[in-house]
Amino acid sequence: MANQNLRENDEPLLIADDLSKSFGKIIACQDVSFKLYPGEILAIVGESGSGKSTLLQILSGQQSSGQGRVSYRMRDGVTRDLSTLGEAERRFLFRTDWGYVHQDPAQGLRMAVSAGANVGERLMAVGWNHYGRIRAAASSWLERVEIDVARIDDTPRTYSGGMRQRLQIARNLVTQPRLVFMDEPTGGLDVSVQARLLDVLRNLVRELHLAVVIVTHDLAVARLLSDRLLVMKGGQVIETGLTDQVLDDPAEHYTQLLVSSILSP
Amino acid sequence: MSVMIDVTNAQKTFTMHLQSGIELPVVRGVNFQVDAGECVVLSGPSGAGKSSILKMIFANYRCGGGRVDIRHQGTLIDIATAEPRQILNVRRSTIGYVSQFLRAVPRVATIDVVAEPLIANGVTRAEANDRAGRALHRLNIAERFWQLPPATFSGGEQQRVNIARGFISDLPILLLDEPTASLDAANRAVVVGLIAGTKRKGTAIVAIVHDDEVRRQIADRIIDVTGFTAAA
Repeated sequence: MANQNLRENDEPLLIADDLSKSFGKIIACQDVSFKLYPGEILAIVGESGSGKSTLLQILSGQQSSGQGRVSYRMRDGVTRDLSTLGEAERRFLFRTDWGYVHQDPAQGLRMAVSAGANVGERLMAVGWNHYGRIRAAASSWLERVEIDVARIDDTPRTYSGGMRQRLQIARNLVTQPRLVFMDEPTGGLDVSVQARLLDVLRNLVRELHLAVVIVTHDLAVARLLSDRLLVMKGGQVIETGLTDQVLDDPAEHYTQLLVSSILSP
Repeated sequence: MSVMIDVTNAQKTFTMHLQSGIELPVVRGVNFQVDAGECVVLSGPSGAGKSSILKMIFANYRCGGGRVDIRHQGTLIDIATAEPRQILNVRRSTIGYVSQFLRAVPRVATIDVVAEPLIANGVTRAEANDRAGRALHRLNIAERFWQLPPATFSGGEQQRVNIARGFISDLPILLLDEPTASLDAANRAVVVGLIAGTKRKGTAIVAIVHDDEVRRQIADRIIDVTGFTAAA
């Protein structure tokens, strides 16, 4: 199986070319370029205001870049410039091949409908119409993210923060996307809940061979989940490399400061 | 004999930006080769740069200069200049590294920690668990602990879990950073046995070992790294 996918894996999935964006005088990001390959997990780290979230929005086509280009290899194997996609194509991509996990689950979920419907909705959007099968798929996904299936008919309003975040992940992964964007997915959670979420995420991204771009300010999260790091400061990428290399042998002044500022118990 | 590791004029200097940018030279002019089936032990006092050399071979530390060629699937790759995804490939199928301390992930069971490198290489869950169980047995970790995360284990137990994980994949190159440091005599003997068995299969090993007895038992060659130590 590994060999079968070899050629497929040799082509980048997402390509960022010289992305720049500013809001008036404020530079949100400047000359950001990288390639993301299938199954690769890239973490973008840096302090608040360093441009991480703006970059994530540009990469996922939710904001236009002032300059530069984002390209994505579609399921048919053709790599396309995202800005040339029509609105319908872009929406389809978002519903099927991509996931987006928000820091606040309320932004990524529909809070007034049941957990089962939250997961099933994405399936219906790609043409599933058999109620029994949708419900079975939703149940199996709740199990995979460690949510008691007995809670399938409850709305996420009745869920704890950690459960909501795991539900948001199930909702995103049910259509078997190839690429998932995550914006501080562990951000609002307390530490014990974080560990469970990270463990669930870590297993799922490997099993499903997902490519992930994850924005986080938590270097421990980056170390646990990611293969590669982009360190941002003032909108620029100041250091990149293998995650353990950047964290254990940071080269830049700012990266050394970040690494040395971690509190360990 | 095929050369598995070929280090040529490698060097490492840390620049400490937070200490007004002072340069901390660690090693320079590092030159040595390791053949398949050979165990090379790096020796020298603390701070001489033994661990740094090991980390450069694993690409955990960047090289400040020179080359570190690794035989990966039949061809030599300079890991000092390789792309991150190439390095990850090399780590998955060529180089194993047993660090001094286990970096445990919260909540992950001991058996899964040990089986993980096999799963990453496409071995089935059942076979991986079976092999992980045998490795843990051999290192005297009782079965009742296998489903627990190793974070709560003693230092010596954690190190044995780390060793089980490091030896499980039968990779062609193995780097060992003080694998026996926190072990009792019985478990030291197990590790010496593991190293001997791995060598017979043709694995190239680079080790750091402080225990003279263990060193004598495993080393085919001893390289004194003080010759590479950069003058501060």
